[in-house]
Amino acid sequence: MNARRLGGLITKETLQILRDPSALGIAFILPLFLLLLFGFGVSLNAEHVPIGVVADHPDPTTDPLVAALRHSRYFEVRPLPGLKMARDLLSRREIDAILWLRNDFTRQTLVNAPASIGLIVNGTDANTANLVEGYVMQSWMIWLAQQNQVASHPLGLPVALQFRIWFNPALRSQDYLVPGLIAVIMTLIGALLTAMVVAREWERGTMEALMAAPVTMAEILAGKLLPYFVLGMGGMALSVALAVFVFAVPLHGSVLILALASALFMLVALGMGLLISSLARNQFVAGQIAIVVTFLPAFILSGFIFDIRSMPMAVQIITRILPARYFVSILQSVFLAGNVWSVILPDMAMLALMAVFFLGVTLARSHKRLD
Amino acid sequence: MAEPAGADALVFAGVSKVFGAGTTRITALDDLSLAIKAGRVTGMLGPDGAGKTTMMRLAAGLLRPDRGRVHVLGEDITKTARAVQSRIGYMPQRFGLYEDLTVQENLDLYARLQGLAAAARPARYAELLKLTALGPFRARPAGKLSGGMKQKLGLACALLRVPELLLLDEPTVGVDPISRRELWHIIDGLRVAGVSVLVSTAYLDEAERCDEVVLLDHGRVLAQANPAAMEALLQGRCFKVTHPTMPRRALQQTLLAQPEVLEARLDATSVHVLLAPDIPPPEIAGAAWQGVAAQFADVFVDQLHARRPARAPVAPVAAMAPRDHAPVLQVAGLNRYFGDFHAVKDITFEVTRGEVFGLLGANGAGKTTTFRMLCGLLPASSGTLLVAGQNLLKAPAEARRQIGYVAQKFSLYGALSVAQNLAFFAAAYGLRGERRARRLAWAEEEFELGPFQAMNAADLPLGYKQRLALACALLHEPPILFLDEPTSGVDPLTRAEFWQRINQYAANGTTVLVTTHFMDEAEYCDHLLLMSLGASLAAGTPAAIRAQAASADNPDPSMEDAFIALIAAHEQTIRRAA
Repeated sequence: MNARRLGGLITKETLQILRDPSALGIAFILPLFLLLLFGFGVSLNAEHVPIGVVADHPDPTTDPLVAALRHSRYFEVRPLPGLKMARDLLSRREIDAILWLRNDFTRQTLVNAPASIGLIVNGTDANTANLVEGYVMQSWMIWLAQQNQVASHPLGLPVALQFRIWFNPALRSQDYLVPGLIAVIMTLIGALLTAMVVAREWERGTMEALMAAPVTMAEILAGKLLPYFVLGMGGMALSVALAVFVFAVPLHGSVLILALASALFMLVALGMGLLISSLARNQFVAGQIAIVVTFLPAFILSGFIFDIRSMPMAVQIITRILPARYFVSILQSVFLAGNVWSVILPDMAMLALMAVFFLGVTLARSHKRLD
Repeated sequence: MAEPAGADALVFAGVSKVFGAGTTRITALDDLSLAIKAGRVTGMLGPDGAGKTTMMRLAAGLLRPDRGRVHVLGEDITKTARAVQSRIGYMPQRFGLYEDLTVQENLDLYARLQGLAAAARPARYAELLKLTALGPFRARPAGKLSGGMKQKLGLACALLRVPELLLLDEPTVGVDPISRRELWHIIDGLRVAGVSVLVSTAYLDEAERCDEVVLLDHGRVLAQANPAAMEALLQGRCFKVTHPTMPRRALQQTLLAQPEVLEARLDATSVHVLLAPDIPPPEIAGAAWQGVAAQFADVFVDQLHARRPARAPVAPVAAMAPRDHAPVLQVAGLNRYFGDFHAVKDITFEVTRGEVFGLLGANGAGKTTTFRMLCGLLPASSGTLLVAGQNLLKAPAEARRQIGYVAQKFSLYGALSVAQNLAFFAAAYGLRGERRARRLAWAEEEFELGPFQAMNAADLPLGYKQRLALACALLHEPPILFLDEPTSGVDPLTRAEFWQRINQYAANGTTVLVTTHFMDEAEYCDHLLLMSLGASLAAGTPAAIRAQAASADNPDPSMEDAFIALIAAHEQTIRRAA
């Protein structure tokens, strides 16, 4: 590496980044947009779920149960006169669930026989359906506890369920979506942007002039790597700042670990971008490949939205070769759980291995020639 | 620094280079051997696909030969590419400039890449900016420079560290004539300084400025010699033919019908003829034959003829269709803006039936923009625009059948065969039944496409692509034909053949509108509009335009001289107005 030539290449790249609104847009506007969208717009929580309550015989025993639901922030309770009407509303999606207290409910409760309640949930949206089931169970438990206190003798269930949620006690979906999103954003900057800018050099014929100059291929690659590394870390810093200060996502782990893991992942993403650009020499194709092999998998298969453990085994195996998977895991740990070394160290090791692999293959594949 | 006189700057020994694989293999260089002497300016000429760019890239170490050896400045380029690259300068076809970087920033980048010491830079920058007259534009982004200025900046970037060998790949294509002349002044200066220069070009007149010329065709060397010596070999075979009554174009057609005439070109006042060797001029009543010196185009045509099947005799034009001088195209006060860029400035002209009308100018002069507005592909910002009495942008699709359009680079479907392309265009123009069959048969026969019917358009030789594009545009027998730079990159024989066809169609009543950046093609047009930077410089017959530029020292100027004089005058008018 010759400092003068490398300096020339870095200066050129920096000037291009500063003058090209699309590069700065992908690095800073896109993260802002995605974070706002996912932070405020998309929520995987079920809140204010409209639920219809059909009590065949409303009386003092059923009222506390309805009240428990009413006080929960998860539900919007609509008392309904009959099951038929409730079914109609459910099929029109005006309500998402029906709680049916049959006419023998109070009697069964009082004689201490098993009292069953009917819960009908719209399963079209499986995620919401599961949540509704859980929330109703929770309200049901609260009601049981109250009944236990009121009655002199214990009622119904022999086991009292204790419900605690760890790591994200408030169950806010932002808290795990936002850290995961950072991995997606970094993939975009690292792989997509880099693949496109190298392809642009091919398209505009400047790559030919660079290659005819007495520079080495390593210098050309480093001249791309360093400026986009800085740009990507800038986008990363912006995303973390937004996560912590705007979305109030707790950061339990160390900032240093976060920076180190991000730097490793940035190298992996840049490596993938450069490798793609050595295969595709026009911006359209490079962009398509980058989106299909880096961005979409990072979005769907990294565990950022969908839990990897609930994927079919074959897909789970595929996720093991996805760099984003390891980075999402590190991010979620560092943000929500703290420095959990047993998670962070193996994940970092995988990232380091992948960075060496992608950058190494790129360097080995790149020749200072056009053929 | 320079190699000792007589040494070879560049040696190709048995070099072959093949691109692609399987059925799409293209042999770019075919067992090519040649040596280029140090300290000279060597020109490389050949049509597109002859292998010029491949040779340049091999010499710059950007490609690896499949077979054979390439020695540059005494070193094997495949072994010591980077060492050689620090001793050569290379300007690729698109100049290799970063468009969003300024002139100065581009120079800085290449100075660093070429390892020019910081202390040496200011003096070298000053020298180069003076040489290229780019001094006032140091802070301008390269993307906002004119074609000529980009070319000079590209050259300056290749010259930062004085190279021992300079490789220039078609530096002058599409560049205005003034910039072309300036570039050649710079090259002459380098020759004096002892730099070896290899320059490829599509302009035959530029060959005469070289110490030696290499003629390439299909990846092989046709000839390599001093241009004057090559021309001298054609002594006694070139004539200037005039006729007291026959119009020049008719005379040209008559001459081409003679088997002993290899080529007949229109020049300023007569027809320039090249005869086959050892044959006396044919008898044509009334024609006066005057022996003249050969031009480089004659050398090229002669070389190509020796290697290609004889030209099919062209049927002379039966009779000139009566010219009624009805206006077919009327353009008045035409303007077009792209944002705040004034691409076409207040253009006015009229074309009558059966006329060949040329729009002449460098890249960026506004020819293609004007064209697109005429064809209804682009709305005009202001002005009136009538094609056969209608504005094609607003007229129904029916009106578009009046025109045939051949776009730049021939918009053919590369993955479709010749027959499929023709069938598609026949369907697109709504040809059916007997008429469809008749026109398809006509296209095959007229353009000799028979043997190529099953070949994909992308794989056709350039000359045949041009024929196919023309065939597709003419299938529906349009009365008006638009041709956008149809002769760019094709060899002189193909160009001559193309113009012959165009003249035939015009003689039969088709109105032809054509753009070109070859000044010598102006003579084939009945009327011309010379454009520069969106504005009209002059309009009229070629003779009238040349006469405008006649002066005491140059009483008989060429079209290029005229163009340069008119640009200079135009710039003065602008300056006076400002």
